[in-house]
Amino acid sequence: MDTLDALRSGASEGYKYGFVTDIESEQAPPGLNEETVRFISAKKGEPEWLLAWRLDAFRHWQTMSEPHWAKLRVAPIDYQAASYYSAPKPKSGPKSLDEVDPELLKTYEKLGVPLAERAALAGVAVDAVFDSVSVATTFKETLAELGIIFCSFGEAVREHPDLVRKYLGSVVPQGDNFFAALNSAVFSDGSFAYIPPGVRCPMELSTYFRINAAKSGQFERTLLVADKGSYVSYLEGCTAPQRDENQLHAAVVELVALEGAEIKYSTVQNWYPGDAEGKGGIYNFVTKRGACRGANSKISWTQVETGSAITWKYPSCILEGDNSVGEFYSVAITNNLQQADTGTKMIHLGRNTRSTIISKGISAGRGQNTYRGLVRVQPKAQNARNYTQCDSLLIGSKCGAHTVPYMEVRNSTARVEHEATTSKISDDQLFYCRQRGLSQEDALSLIVNGFCKEVLKELPMEFAVEAQKLLAVSLEGSVG
Amino acid sequence: MTSFLEIKNLHARVADGREILRGIDLSVNTGEVHAIMGPNGSGKSTLASVLTGKPGYEVTQGSVHYEGRDLLALAADERAREGIFLAFQYPVEIPGVNNMYFLRAALNAVRKQRGEKELDAGQFLKIVREKLKLLEIGEDLLQRAVNVGFSGGEKKRNEIFQMAMLEPKLAILDETDSGLDIDALRVVASGVNRLRDPKRAIVVITHYQRLLDYIVPDFVHVLNDGRIVRSGDKSLAVELEKRGYADFVRAA
Repeated sequence: MDTLDALRSGASEGYKYGFVTDIESEQAPPGLNEETVRFISAKKGEPEWLLAWRLDAFRHWQTMSEPHWAKLRVAPIDYQAASYYSAPKPKSGPKSLDEVDPELLKTYEKLGVPLAERAALAGVAVDAVFDSVSVATTFKETLAELGIIFCSFGEAVREHPDLVRKYLGSVVPQGDNFFAALNSAVFSDGSFAYIPPGVRCPMELSTYFRINAAKSGQFERTLLVADKGSYVSYLEGCTAPQRDENQLHAAVVELVALEGAEIKYSTVQNWYPGDAEGKGGIYNFVTKRGACRGANSKISWTQVETGSAITWKYPSCILEGDNSVGEFYSVAITNNLQQADTGTKMIHLGRNTRSTIISKGISAGRGQNTYRGLVRVQPKAQNARNYTQCDSLLIGSKCGAHTVPYMEVRNSTARVEHEATTSKISDDQLFYCRQRGLSQEDALSLIVNGFCKEVLKELPMEFAVEAQKLLAVSLEGSVG
Repeated sequence: MTSFLEIKNLHARVADGREILRGIDLSVNTGEVHAIMGPNGSGKSTLASVLTGKPGYEVTQGSVHYEGRDLLALAADERAREGIFLAFQYPVEIPGVNNMYFLRAALNAVRKQRGEKELDAGQFLKIVREKLKLLEIGEDLLQRAVNVGFSGGEKKRNEIFQMAMLEPKLAILDETDSGLDIDALRVVASGVNRLRDPKRAIVVITHYQRLLDYIVPDFVHVLNDGRIVRSGDKSLAVELEKRGYADFVRAA
């Protein structure tokens, strides 16, 4: 428990430096057309090529329609009703913590979120004053010495246009899918990182540290490039439930690993899932994809998805380089009325490429949880290997778990394995734990964490500890 | 003066309404080992379930006092933390949860209740080593997931090991001999014997007299149709073995 507290206080220190408030407020009129796209680009002072890129995406988007193949029930989204550019609206949120959903506040308390941060996370308009001489500055200096670039996407466009131009859209093209096209046209901001050849990034790059991350808006864009022989571990998200007035979140994340490079990308996603009746939750429609472009490169995705009303997300790997490795470790929880359709794609193009998929889906309440995954072995991928394991855990009798694995193997030397299990937390397991002195909640948490162990151990340590606690909180009240 | 465990006129039924316990009276004191025997369906396991607070049973009449307190008012986990331990007939598997981790969580929950400090990993391991030695159990079971892939004998040994770690005031052993070969039975029984203590009461539930050759009880009770039909000392078990339950039940 000592470690946990220490980690928590460490994490919250990170937080303290994680907010800025100097964004001028201006808002685009509602609606989405070419003018909107031009407005956003102008507002951000972007170069001509990027505007052209956005417009290209927008034209693509206009020809597309929303995907309906996922096992999700999505209320119709009016894309013309929203405003696509707005600085944070200081007056539109709850005025004080008294106006915030008391359940949300209880959760903050359980997760140990410091009082000062609860308001900010809950979307309360606060003019918080943060220490500007910060860890973040020291942190940036250390990175700069190694030649590592880590900044907001907007800053990268200004300071490192060549890199951005070279890699933007190279993994997720503008017209890739409906939501990626929308993001490409109107993305607000996000993160950019570049690790130079042979450099091992000495710390976890984390959105905790990066100013602006918390406000980068509903159309976030992340681009990470690991040059030859480099290594980086990137953490995204936050265990405390974050509120946002934007219902639709359509982010795009692109990763590029060149020869011998390794990227480890960890996410804890805990967007507001809505209340027990499912009201007010966030739609999280995300396109995440990594390209193992060089030989012997590796990309590893680890995600813990507990939030959002609807999650539509398939972090994928394109294994182009020979001997490249793709991994996907996932825990997805759906409680109450939450829905998740998540999984991965492993596209084997190079020789001796290997991929591993470990997916743990937990359904409670009336939640619906679908694993959807594609393993494709192309004709030139000699000796490709895939191992997939999908386990589903049901809590209660009103939830659902679904597994939809696709396999397309076009090379006879490939070996593709798939294992799947579905189990239910039994009353006997709970009683056994309680007979040994554990409370009902501790018993549930123990069983669930045991179920997710293979995934949780892939998370960086401080994240893993928080994630364990988060799993317990997410499932509260799911056993009578 | 009331006993350490005082069961009076206990009636209980299961969810479908069938009455299984029909007026149990039993007094158990610390330092004593009681054996409860009886044919299948006589209510032996139900008694263990009701005493430990397993969901799915309803007490319709009677009372149970434990250290003078109303036991039935406590939740299952509270009873455990107050020192009641059940060695399960069918220990439950918990995939992915390390046996050591599980036991440490349990021990710390119990210690907290007793007002003792929680143990860190090092202190915990020290106690584990002592108990393993005492019970002649190898360390092999500790790094595996709770009961997953354990043989019948390993499961039962693990139950007794947990009992040794948690140091309960009242231990209930539910058919601990079932599914054990004679060697495993000896190991388990000798473990239990080492845990006999003037401050501890042990209730052994068994179908067969065999176990009682190894764990010699102070008292033997015969349960039939939800009532205790006879009580006596250890010779009762021997007599029972000779004559069989059918004869006994008729006589009662």
